[in-house]
Amino acid sequence: MDTPVIHHGAMFDTNELVLNMGPQHPSTHGVLRVVLRLDGEKVVDADVVIGYLHRGIEKLSENRNWTQIILLTDRMDYVAAATNNVGYCETVEKLMSLEVPRRARYVRTILCELQRIASHCLWVGTHAMDIGAMTVFLYAFRERELILDLFEEMCGARLTYNSMRIGGLPLDIPPGWDKKVLEFCTIMATKIDEYEELLTHNRIWLERTKGIGVIDGPAAVALGLSGPPLRGSGVPRDVRKDEPYAAYDEMEFDVPIGTAGDTYDRYLVRLEEFRQSLRVIRQATEGIPEGPIVGKVPRLIKPPAGETYHAIESPKGELGYFIVSDGKSTNPYRFRVRPPSFCNLQGLRTLIKGHLVADVVALIGSLDVVLGEVDR
Amino acid sequence: MIDTLVIPLLKIVIVLNATLVSVTYMVLLERKVIAWAQSRLGPMRVGPYGILQPVADAVKLMIKEDITPVRADRWVFTIAPIISMVPALIVYAVIPFGPEVKLFGRQVTLYITDINVGLLYIVSVASVGVYGIILAGYASNSKYPLLASLRASAQLISYEVAVTLTLVSVIMMAGSLSMVSIVRAQQSSHMWYAFVQPLAFLIFFIGGLAETNRAPFDLPEAEQELTGGFHTEYSGMRFALFFLAEYANMIVVSSVATTLFLGGWLRPFPNVAFLSFLDFIPSWTWFLVKSFVFLYIFIWVRATLPRYRYDQLMRLGWKVLIPLAIANLVVTGIIKVMLL
Amino acid sequence: MAQAIAFYFIAACILGFAVLVVSTKDTVHSVLFLVMDFLFVAALYVLLGAEFLAAIQVLVYAGGIVVLYLFVVMLVNLKRPPEAHSDPHRRTMLGFLLAAAVLVEVGAIAVYGHSQPAMVPVPGAAMPVTGNTAQIGWLLYTSYLIPFEIASMLLLVAMIGAIVLAKREL
Repeated sequence: MDTPVIHHGAMFDTNELVLNMGPQHPSTHGVLRVVLRLDGEKVVDADVVIGYLHRGIEKLSENRNWTQIILLTDRMDYVAAATNNVGYCETVEKLMSLEVPRRARYVRTILCELQRIASHCLWVGTHAMDIGAMTVFLYAFRERELILDLFEEMCGARLTYNSMRIGGLPLDIPPGWDKKVLEFCTIMATKIDEYEELLTHNRIWLERTKGIGVIDGPAAVALGLSGPPLRGSGVPRDVRKDEPYAAYDEMEFDVPIGTAGDTYDRYLVRLEEFRQSLRVIRQATEGIPEGPIVGKVPRLIKPPAGETYHAIESPKGELGYFIVSDGKSTNPYRFRVRPPSFCNLQGLRTLIKGHLVADVVALIGSLDVVLGEVDR
Repeated sequence: MIDTLVIPLLKIVIVLNATLVSVTYMVLLERKVIAWAQSRLGPMRVGPYGILQPVADAVKLMIKEDITPVRADRWVFTIAPIISMVPALIVYAVIPFGPEVKLFGRQVTLYITDINVGLLYIVSVASVGVYGIILAGYASNSKYPLLASLRASAQLISYEVAVTLTLVSVIMMAGSLSMVSIVRAQQSSHMWYAFVQPLAFLIFFIGGLAETNRAPFDLPEAEQELTGGFHTEYSGMRFALFFLAEYANMIVVSSVATTLFLGGWLRPFPNVAFLSFLDFIPSWTWFLVKSFVFLYIFIWVRATLPRYRYDQLMRLGWKVLIPLAIANLVVTGIIKVMLL
Repeated sequence: MAQAIAFYFIAACILGFAVLVVSTKDTVHSVLFLVMDFLFVAALYVLLGAEFLAAIQVLVYAGGIVVLYLFVVMLVNLKRPPEAHSDPHRRTMLGFLLAAAVLVEVGAIAVYGHSQPAMVPVPGAAMPVTGNTAQIGWLLYTSYLIPFEIASMLLLVAMIGAIVLAKREL
């Protein structure tokens, strides 16, 4: 950014203050850097700088075979690794026209929704912490821990799960796991009320979030927002409903949408998604069909020449994979991800203009970006 | 000689040490209470249940490297933490922990001094404390501390107005500026002023939260926005001074609130002879218990509430608290003239 | 004896800091010395037994007004070379004139004070109240009521003027 603008006033010339927030700052959620131009504490303009966590996952993938890539997708949105796995595997299955057994699709649904709750737990905690309510953070992490335990039992890892295989699952669910999932659903339902008790009707919380970062539906679509930031502005777009994948076509759930398009509505949308996710998990866990967990997958995975785009609804928004196969080699010719955080982050500059420094952190939290996914 | 020099000096030494020890344990108390609110344990490693944690903290802070940024204003940078610590400590000179007691065959007062303008002294000393924060922000020569110190000084100046106005209504009730007389006036009127002046009490409490930079008014040190606020560039013992000053100020606000609104060292219902068996508890215990309740509420609020935004804080101060305090003052004056 | 020593020490500090206020290059340091100056003046009041005045001195001057000075000094960039006052002679002349005027005034007061030793400044016997603070209040609302009210009107006018200046569109 160039030198700050000097405004010539009647009595004094005033100077804009350039404030560099990040990449090392407690509330830029990783390594986001925001260069703010301030007039007092009001943000005149902002420059969002990304790229501090770039690891070249897309290029790396072109040199890995199809199964090895699953492990790389874990490292994108590292708070929702299972969702990334599912998205990638389904894209390859689409490219190969593979049939996935029903049992595997049900387990995928359960994992995706558990992952959504875990990711939203992290969001509600850090978002509240950014606005100063520190207790919600620890409450939310307490429940996230339960989900991590479930994942650990399912696939042995707590953060980067590597939990999918092309055509199905690597392992069947452990015995008794489904009961534990249902138990978790019962616990979680009461805990969501606990978060709401601390925040939803809190006067300070309302003052800090209502009317902050308002964006209307058409503008949100134009910016390419997806997921809760888009639904908070009243656009009922959810990949799970519009283009069902896994077993979502057999599930009953509602897509919550907001009306005002401000930080508070995005908050309400995500809290309602907690409840809807629990609904889906209950249905899927109670209705897991018997059967094989892997479809008819060839020994050597080598999709036919062609290209495909497939999107799923990650906790952050629409997570899409675009893969080109040349049909000859055992690795993709081109591998491209459409990460929801990257696209949602485009909205940040529009949202924070005219707000105060304190709102900047509230808005970064409200968009719920994970820098691992933004930079890849 | 003994009465004019030795005993006051002894009292000063005792009060200062007691304050510093309770400030360090205040930090531990806060960590424990917040941990309990957040369903975790808090410090557990140093000593049983972590009770020696303050010692470990003190050692750590003292042996840490003391960094002065190259482009800082060296002198101002050094004196800023001292300026913020000293007012917090010298306020204790006029806080009455108890009445006169017989100790080793000698009449001793449980306060260092009782000056004619005690309350005014507290207010004026507290008003000097703001320099510590402003100068820290300025001397660091860094943007985050500067923003924080601007926030802090605006906040302190505006809430001081509301708090001082509530103090005036208490002074009108008691008819004196001396802390001891205010307690005695509560005894003779058979009523704690918290019940006579509930609005003033509430405004004083909110203003106290704001003046000590505590949640939900902790904007000057908002970690999530300003990376620590005015003490971002401080380290080691100088940082510790800021840290301790905040807690010392909390204790000051609690003690003043106890003295003005909760009857100071008086036991509950001091004029009811039926309850006189309570007198076996020393008067200063009541004072400490009441102050402790206050401090607990301070911590409790921090564990519960989100943080206000700068403009909302100013709006609350100027458009809600100050008009209310003035209205309360006028009503108090009218009632005082009409009825008494 | 002890009181005299204390007085001379405090007076020396007041004068010393006053010199530092005008001689320091750094504006912020200069404002800080001004605060020290105010605090020592408050100490002088305590020495004279006027605790109320001392507390008010600290509260209003050291704690209130100078904080605002500090704000202005911190926020306004004073590093620019002064362009308006480029004529050094004019400044010196004005300074000498002002200093002379102040000196004459102080001298006049001193002479006047010595020539009328009979006047008792505080009519203590006439007051129905005792105590430092109560006496000040009594005097302000009886003998000096009109000057007190005029002073408060002046402050009000200044306040309105400041608001008008600061807020361009009302």
